[in-house]
Amino acid sequence: MLDLPNLKDIAFVLISVFTIGSACGVAFSRRILYSAFSLLGTFAGAAGLFVLLSSDFIAVTQILIYVGGVLILIVFAVLLTSKIGDVKASNQTVNYKVAVPIVGGLALFMISMLTSGPWKVQETEVYNSMVQPIGNGLLKEYLLPFEIVSIALLGALVGAIVIVKREVK
Amino acid sequence: MISINSYLAVTAILFCLGLYTVITRKNAVGLLMGVELILNAASINFVAFSHFNGNHLAGNVFSLFLIVLAAAEAAVALAIVVSLYKQFGTIDVEEADTLKG
Repeated sequence: MLDLPNLKDIAFVLISVFTIGSACGVAFSRRILYSAFSLLGTFAGAAGLFVLLSSDFIAVTQILIYVGGVLILIVFAVLLTSKIGDVKASNQTVNYKVAVPIVGGLALFMISMLTSGPWKVQETEVYNSMVQPIGNGLLKEYLLPFEIVSIALLGALVGAIVIVKREVK
Repeated sequence: MISINSYLAVTAILFCLGLYTVITRKNAVGLLMGVELILNAASINFVAFSHFNGNHLAGNVFSLFLIVLAAAEAAVALAIVVSLYKQFGTIDVEEADTLKG
């Protein structure tokens, strides 16, 4: 008998390893440009996890906005600002002694949270397309947050233009 | 069999890597990348909780808003980075200390 959940497990493990591997690239790479390109793998892997969680709309939005927008902006910023050939100028890292205890403590805390008890979940997993529920929800019960987010986005974009255009004395 | 704990473990690792990036990088764009990792981890967590509770809508919508706000945050942060570079000629966050008393 073909074990379909098993196939899904394999997909989950592969996507997780890919995502965490490229996140390690972002965190530990010596060159900032390599970090920027590793971020592509992390975003794509997160989109894969969204697909596994049956959130098709979020997965497509993730690829459109993160890979198509945010990542391009970040690569532009890297190329426009730093002397990227020079590791010392472009991507010096500091504070190992501070970072390791903080991150380690947080990781221990999260592990204790994860193992502390069962989470409230339903037994059966539901797989359905989320496009229609999201469309209905955005125009019904989430209409006010939707409008507020639109205004916030508009304000942020206008603010970004104003900040960049301001003359430096 | 994968459960919600598998997803929570993956996102916890992502979050820790993002925090590590934010703490260790001196480059302002590097800091921004760490913040993006953290936001992605949170967003996957929202969707995971909603999926394991009958594919509920709320987690998906919240994750959508998170993505939109992360895009806005990236635009503003990169505008600040470019402005910082014009002002100081570097984007090392430890060089831009004009406000230090």
